[in-house]
Amino acid sequence: MSTIVRDYTIPANDFTIAGEASSSVRKILSQLGVSPDVVKRTSIAMYEAEINAVIHGNGGMAHVEIDKNKIYIRISDEGPGIADLNLAMQEGYSTAPDSIREMGFGAGMGLSNIKKNADVLDIETEINKGTIVNITVFFKRE
Amino acid sequence: MEQGYFHSVTLNTIKCKGCTNCIKYCPTEAIRVRSGKAVIIKERCIDCGVCIRVCPYHAKKAITDSLTAIKDYEYKIALPAPSLYGQFGPSYSRERIVLALKQFGFDYVFEVARAAEIVTNASENYMINKDIKKPVISSACPAVVRFIQIRFPNLIDNLLKIESPMEVAAALSKQEVHEKYGIPYEKMGVFFISPCAAKVTSVKAPYENVKSNVDVVLSIKDIYLPLLDIMKKQGEIIKEPFSLSSAIGVAWAATGGESDAIKEGRRIAVHGIHNVNDILEQAIQGGLDNIDFIEALACPEGCLGGPLTVENPFIAKENLKNEIEKIKKDQAHRVSRTENVDEFVWKSKVEYRPIMKLDDDMMKALEKMQMIDAITEGLYDLDCGACGAPSCRALAEDIVRGIAKETDCIFKLREKVNSIANQLHQIE
Ligand SMILES: Nc1ncnc2c1ncn2[C@@H]1O[C@H](COP(=O)(O)OP(=O)(O)OP(=O)(O)O)[C@@H](O)[C@H]1O
Ligand code: SF4
Ligand SMILES: [Mg+2]
Repeated sequence: MSTIVRDYTIPANDFTIAGEASSSVRKILSQLGVSPDVVKRTSIAMYEAEINAVIHGNGGMAHVEIDKNKIYIRISDEGPGIADLNLAMQEGYSTAPDSIREMGFGAGMGLSNIKKNADVLDIETEINKGTIVNITVFFKRE
Repeated sequence: MEQGYFHSVTLNTIKCKGCTNCIKYCPTEAIRVRSGKAVIIKERCIDCGVCIRVCPYHAKKAITDSLTAIKDYEYKIALPAPSLYGQFGPSYSRERIVLALKQFGFDYVFEVARAAEIVTNASENYMINKDIKKPVISSACPAVVRFIQIRFPNLIDNLLKIESPMEVAAALSKQEVHEKYGIPYEKMGVFFISPCAAKVTSVKAPYENVKSNVDVVLSIKDIYLPLLDIMKKQGEIIKEPFSLSSAIGVAWAATGGESDAIKEGRRIAVHGIHNVNDILEQAIQGGLDNIDFIEALACPEGCLGGPLTVENPFIAKENLKNEIEKIKKDQAHRVSRTENVDEFVWKSKVEYRPIMKLDDDMMKALEKMQMIDAITEGLYDLDCGACGAPSCRALAEDIVRGIAKETDCIFKLREKVNSIANQLHQIE
């Protein structure tokens, strides 16, 4: 089966490049004819995970696989990991420092936004090892 | 009504040298050089006029109507875009320009600036509504609306669903002339005096698929000299209320004019199509949720920088500022807030035009994407443009779409020639 694969590097603390991977994926999905609302959900979920890797995870990698039914995105970093995932998932919970908040991030909405927009969300995280965010979005909902 | 891809922006094949300046700047990658001449891919063109501006040989032009069209109508109404006022120096006031239009042969002048102010009022009402999608994106620039239609379908709902000042002016002017003088509608001809190609297209092939109320589009460039000649002969004019627009409407010609006029919320003014692209990218990621209104204009410095204007946009800006100062002193009236604005809300939908799509069948699209990936891999990542496509990847796409071949790349051609030469060598 035809699968499109893309890999991107997510630089640490570089906000000028952050979002490029999700923007590139958005263009691919539009070219494939995926419906605009699915493109939007994918793009928002991926962007939030990407930004989290930039802000909290010292940068990392984005791996994307697209086939005819779905897009699978894996955002991985080797940052500090998340101590209490349930807490982190709560809306409004954030450990972002003031400087980051100044930039308009750090509302503590990212992870819950990913959950809302992804069809499947699976987060693997280990303290001092890093975090892997696995996102799947189906093109047609059953 | 199918829009049939009419475009104002066209190519003069005699002047075109086949250089690659335009292909690099086009925001939708709509231009290719084929057999030594530029070709515009019609479905992709948004008439932003960037290519008109960058072509060193002036081979890109905008089709507008000819000044002689004035002979075709019994009762002629002129709709000067506010950018017209920026074209002339400080001794040429709006009063003189409006008078000159009448002396040129128009029976009635309805300033688009007046309509712009009505659109401002309508926008303020529109923004109060809690259910609208923020940030609201201005729809006054047709090039931006078309850009959103093909590139940012998710932002279509964010567009300000209010007619453009040009359309509002056209509708109101007819009404006003009919009420004042009893002229029958079919005898009227409405002439928009335009700074750009995008407005021409929006009249001749409206994206909302509703017939425009404008009949003829003249370019500022064409009417500039005739007006200047007339004004030079005007002498001292007695002050009459020829011009009815106020500062708010006139300011729309420059960047910030539209967004500053709306009093509430956080508003930004973005100009230049590539800057517009960047801000829309950000908006689509949900990064602009704290912004209420985006004024987005395709041209640098807004309509004052329109491709069919005459004066340098920065000088035009100073001219316009002068006029605005004067109006403030004169205390020109502002249109009443009670004017019925609901009638200018869009009645039809602007639709997504997925022209970047590789294939209607998802499976085939995936295969094509894989082919594009493989071909791109074999190219040289130079984006030199010599093949006539704006980038190596664009060439790969063209190859898969069947409109180009691999040896259009001069490096691929060289590879092939070398390998043939080697083979010949071995035969010897
Ligand atoms: N990749 C990661 N590595 C380490 N910690 C993370 C990572 N992603 C999220 N977290 C932790 O989870 C918290 C919540 O993340 P979430 O994305 O929901 O909010 P935020 O990033 O703080 O703010 P917002 O996303 O609204 O800008 C973060 O503040 C951080 O403590
Ligand atoms: S910015 Fe103004 S002049 Fe330029 S394309 Fe848009 S409407 Fe026309
Ligand atoms: Mg976050």
